[in-house]
Amino acid sequence: MENQKRLDEFQAKIDAGIKIEPKDWMPDKYRQTLVRQMSQHAHSEVIGMQPEANWLTRAPSLRAKKILMAKIQDEGGHGLYLYCAAETLGVSRDQYIQWLHEGKSKYASVFNYPSPTWADMGAIGWLVDGAAIVNQVSLQRTSYGPYARAMVRICKEESFHQRQGYEIMAEMAKGTPEQKEMAQEALNRWWWPSLMMFGPHDKESSNSGQSMKWGIKLESNDDLRQQFIDKTIPQVELIGLEVPDKNAKLMPNGSYKTSDIDWDEFWNVIKGNGPCNSQRLKHHKKAHDDGAWVRAAAEAYGKKQMELVD
Amino acid sequence: MSTDNQGPVWEVFIQTKAGKPYRHVGAVHAYDKEMAMENARDLYTRRSEGTAIWLVKAEDIVASQPEDMGAFFEPSNDKPYRHPTFYVMPEGAKHI
Repeated sequence: MENQKRLDEFQAKIDAGIKIEPKDWMPDKYRQTLVRQMSQHAHSEVIGMQPEANWLTRAPSLRAKKILMAKIQDEGGHGLYLYCAAETLGVSRDQYIQWLHEGKSKYASVFNYPSPTWADMGAIGWLVDGAAIVNQVSLQRTSYGPYARAMVRICKEESFHQRQGYEIMAEMAKGTPEQKEMAQEALNRWWWPSLMMFGPHDKESSNSGQSMKWGIKLESNDDLRQQFIDKTIPQVELIGLEVPDKNAKLMPNGSYKTSDIDWDEFWNVIKGNGPCNSQRLKHHKKAHDDGAWVRAAAEAYGKKQMELVD
Repeated sequence: MSTDNQGPVWEVFIQTKAGKPYRHVGAVHAYDKEMAMENARDLYTRRSEGTAIWLVKAEDIVASQPEDMGAFFEPSNDKPYRHPTFYVMPEGAKHI
């Protein structure tokens, strides 16, 4: 049914920078790509609460605890912005959650790594949120209106996440030798997973070409990764830590050359064999199931309210 | 499980400060008005983004259709005399 004329008109709109809105005609593949990408993004925000929740009851000060709590609330909020935006594509909230539980929908692999020390809270905020910001700043210009608007809100809130993480790392780096070592180890743990967040190399990224043509994606995986590397290495050096890559080298053009990523590990974690894959999903299912009675009660109460009004 | 959709969708409009227009910011799911209001506050005003909230159940919104965009808004296209720039003012006229 999708004749060439409609596709051409759609492409012309994209090329002219006109946002696509929920009720506008769009190719099935465009809708499917967004359903996949936006739900994956929403799930990532929500699953991302788990490695941080691990430290909530053991935060080293009341200040640190309040900050961590606020950050985790933000992640939940970002998940909700994204679910709402994704629902405008005609898929229900319930369906998205079901796909996550059935393993049909993915979330960012980075959250399948554990957070064994307090310094991981610093590294996650600084590096994982930092990498997410680079990606999300670019997505503020994505062609689907509701997605772009959700990204604008998220970007406004993310910079606190990154700064609080970097503050934790900077404090530990100038602390006792043990604290500094702990910071360095957390950096070593999160460095490569953060670089992997940008996805495979452009030439191996199967969906990239069409996504860029449709303005869903604005910059390539490798370009975004390089932006992150170039911003982050000077931050590592500033606080006296070491980049866990012996080959990292500043080039004359101001950009850093780094070793290649261990792609076997990348694909292995994506396939579900990361350190925490089953734990993360199991916990999400349990929280969802444990809350079922609350939703049932709220629904019954809501219906009763409506009847009283009528 | 098909009915477990976390309640109907409510569209959220926020007024950033007194005197400003209300702007659409997103949506929430909630089972009743009070819960919708609390969810909207928690989700969209965590950093003092607003002083007032409007909520509308998404199913109650009436919206124009993109396909009749051209014809539907056509009546205003041939009435340039509704704009001040349509009129020729005498040379040297001020404050008008």
